[in-house]
Amino acid sequence: MHSIPGRRTIMVLFLIFLLLPIYWLVNMSFKTNGEIVSTMTLWPHQPTLANYMRIFTDESWYSGYIHSLTYVVINTVISISVALPAAYAFSRYRFLGDKHLFFWLLSNRMAPAAVYALPFFNLYSAIGLFDTPWAVALAHCIFNVPLAVWILEGFVSGVPREIDETAFLDGYSFPRFFVKILVPLIASGIGVAAFFCFMFSWVELLLARTLTTVNAKPISAIMTRTVSAAGMDWGLLAAAGVLTIIPGALVIWFVRNYIARGFALGRV
Amino acid sequence: MARIDLVDLAHSYGGNDAPLESFALKPVTMTWRQGGAYALLGPSGCGKTTLLNLISGIVTPSSGKILFDGADITPLSTQKRNIAQVFQFPVIYDTMTVGQNLAFPLKNRGVPKADIDARVKKIADLLDLTPYLDRKATRLTADAKQKISLGRGLVRSDVAAILFDEPLTVIDPELKWQLRSKLKALHRDLDLTMIYVTHDQTEALTFADTVVVMHDGRVVQSGTPAELFDKPAHTFVGYFIGSPGMNIVPATVSGHEARIDGHTIGLHRNYGVLPAGAKIEIGVRPEFVNVAAPASGLLSANIERIDDLGRVRFARVRVGDAKFAARVPPGFSVPDNTVGLVFDPSHVHVYADGRLVEGVA
Amino acid sequence: MDKTVNQKAWFLVLPVFLVVAFSAILPLMTVVNYSMQDTFGNNQFFWNGVGWFKELLDPSTDLGGRFLDSLARNLFFSAVILAIEVPLGIVVALSMPREGWSVAACLVILALPLLIPWNVVGTIWQIFGRPDIGLLGYTLNHLGMNYNYVSNEFDAWATVIVMDVWHWTSLVALLCYAGLKSIPDAYYQAAQIDGASRWAVFTAIQLPKMNRVLLIAVLLRFMDSFMIYTEPFVVTGGGPGNSTTFVSIELVKIALGQFDLGKAAALSLVYNLIILIVCWIFYTVMTNAGNERPAKQGVA
Repeated sequence: MHSIPGRRTIMVLFLIFLLLPIYWLVNMSFKTNGEIVSTMTLWPHQPTLANYMRIFTDESWYSGYIHSLTYVVINTVISISVALPAAYAFSRYRFLGDKHLFFWLLSNRMAPAAVYALPFFNLYSAIGLFDTPWAVALAHCIFNVPLAVWILEGFVSGVPREIDETAFLDGYSFPRFFVKILVPLIASGIGVAAFFCFMFSWVELLLARTLTTVNAKPISAIMTRTVSAAGMDWGLLAAAGVLTIIPGALVIWFVRNYIARGFALGRV
Repeated sequence: MARIDLVDLAHSYGGNDAPLESFALKPVTMTWRQGGAYALLGPSGCGKTTLLNLISGIVTPSSGKILFDGADITPLSTQKRNIAQVFQFPVIYDTMTVGQNLAFPLKNRGVPKADIDARVKKIADLLDLTPYLDRKATRLTADAKQKISLGRGLVRSDVAAILFDEPLTVIDPELKWQLRSKLKALHRDLDLTMIYVTHDQTEALTFADTVVVMHDGRVVQSGTPAELFDKPAHTFVGYFIGSPGMNIVPATVSGHEARIDGHTIGLHRNYGVLPAGAKIEIGVRPEFVNVAAPASGLLSANIERIDDLGRVRFARVRVGDAKFAARVPPGFSVPDNTVGLVFDPSHVHVYADGRLVEGVA
Repeated sequence: MDKTVNQKAWFLVLPVFLVVAFSAILPLMTVVNYSMQDTFGNNQFFWNGVGWFKELLDPSTDLGGRFLDSLARNLFFSAVILAIEVPLGIVVALSMPREGWSVAACLVILALPLLIPWNVVGTIWQIFGRPDIGLLGYTLNHLGMNYNYVSNEFDAWATVIVMDVWHWTSLVALLCYAGLKSIPDAYYQAAQIDGASRWAVFTAIQLPKMNRVLLIAVLLRFMDSFMIYTEPFVVTGGGPGNSTTFVSIELVKIALGQFDLGKAAALSLVYNLIILIVCWIFYTVMTNAGNERPAKQGVA
């Protein structure tokens, strides 16, 4: 009763639709540029690792990964740690301007990155954070913090108030209650929020590219350099693309059993 | 309207090859009369919901048959069985009004609109839902929602039986008995077969004229409330029904006598020689054991505490290792902690491996 | 759910407020400031009042024409995206396997496009659609279609839309799947007993129960497709001509390409305002929908 007639066919077709372009990228990453340009082959006839070798041996390439991961991790940590107390406050208390504040937060999630690109450039240049992972991490907070507050608020609301009251009666101080009782109870919610923060920070490019030049340039921005005098280096571009998919794929693999619950955002 | 027969019906969620002990429902053969009010009583996990879902067709049995008025309906889908079921949590179609909810089963079956309206009106009257017909069903209280679920079953005139799966779980206590008496009244007026699953003996005993007690996937006894009380067919029925439950103590039995802790109790019937190796117990309800002043010829016991239930007092006593509950006669005051126990021999039953042994008069 | 009034809760919210305010309020003030000024480079600014705003909303000027054209394109794009992704997402969610390892496998593959950096999504489709080296472009051209997203407007649009469907339908599907999973079995059993057809189960149970997640899905998709920048920029660069130049692309062109800060800032504000209004409607609808829900009931 849950599903519809022909569901297998639909699902298989849709999954093929999702995987085919990715397969094509992987396929190309193992080809030489000669093979890519001269013939149409459905799999690499002269498979080569040369494209990957170039990325792993050239520091300007692999440091891009380190930059990306650095600001993604910093951003996730900041987002979750500031969002947790706020989520608790929104879930448990009413206070002056709470609804407006919540709306204002959410409205930032809806702000186009393009609007902020230039002012961020000025702001972070002025305070000397330009071209550091911190600039990107802080910039990404503008959409990740509201999201984290929103998701965590749902999970905190799922924890009965009686638990707080019992803990306070038992003599727990607020910080101790928070760390020892609340956080373990909503651990899966924190995981879900971290997943979404990771995801949105990892996939964003416009701000990340605007706020960096050399020292913190993300991998996805470095990829645009494959246009050389000899034309496009397609194989290298494909290999770099494949490598940017891998961290995301790994994260999904680890959270696969929580994906459905995560998308319920703790509220359904 | 139908008589329902179960023939060797069994179900295992682990498939047919699973060992019999793991079956959620062990093979059962029984008949549910047309127009009967039945309660399926047992603790959680005893298989009562499985049995109910087998009858309604939500679950397909691993083996055995279900007959409605003699016709085998085992392979039929739920839709074709003409069964109505009310679930533990009210199921309401959120977007519809109360009236549309009631009309839904008829609309699905292509009943003409005029007939639907008449039928919905009648059922709404019956369930006191008429004032709410045009309201959204989501906004109502839990008991009103449960009435709507029931109404969706009743609205079909061809329904063979109505099944209830712990329908009062989410209802406020003070509304519970109201809804239960409503059910009884409906049962009288409509002459429907009703099967009511519950783990609450008060609910079962007040609703049903036949109570079917289940334990560990088996039907252990089926009978009127009085039968279950007077003559439990299984020690489980003895202590599950009644408050406090039946006293069950190991004993040796031969002929007209049972021996506990070196003391002899007279029995009403002759049990001859019981099979060797079986676990022999005697069972007697606390209502049929009185405490008295200690005297020779009485089983002596130590009082641990006295429960005052208002109308009646029960003493919790200890005889050797065995614990007993016994009635304290009105006005009886206990001199010290030692008392004698007086048994009513006609209500002392003998059990071998948990099953009632019928003696010879 | 009676919350206690406690003004000290502000202390708990303060870190969030500071972090977001740092990234939102200061830049916003800069934008408002710019929007009133004109610059000829060299950091020389001239007061322009509401001049840019007037120009922005007047289709006869260069700026207004570009803005309103890209706005119309963007609205059309969002409408097409929603019309495809929402029904398709529901169908995919309903097609999910019931149990076993295939559930996890489907979820992983579905979530995969969501975690690919947006410019890589663009790169994937840029390659996939090329007539010379891409499987899609090559196949279409060999089937006799003259497909080329670089030169043909229709092909460019089709590519951008198919790419967005590829990228984001999973989000709708996963949200719907989560919504479907939360429906207790008793609903399906009751519907079976009530003789409901497959379609009736969908309209009477599944759709109403998905209503909340669908609202989230529709609004997230609206917002994100309305702000889309990176993916079409990588694939088509806004072309051919201006045919796939959406508002964000136009904005970045003006701001970082021409360094017309005043115009860009004015455009930013109007753009943001539109999204804010939609966002406010979203928020109101959401909170009202939340209030209508009856008290939570546990499910055994």
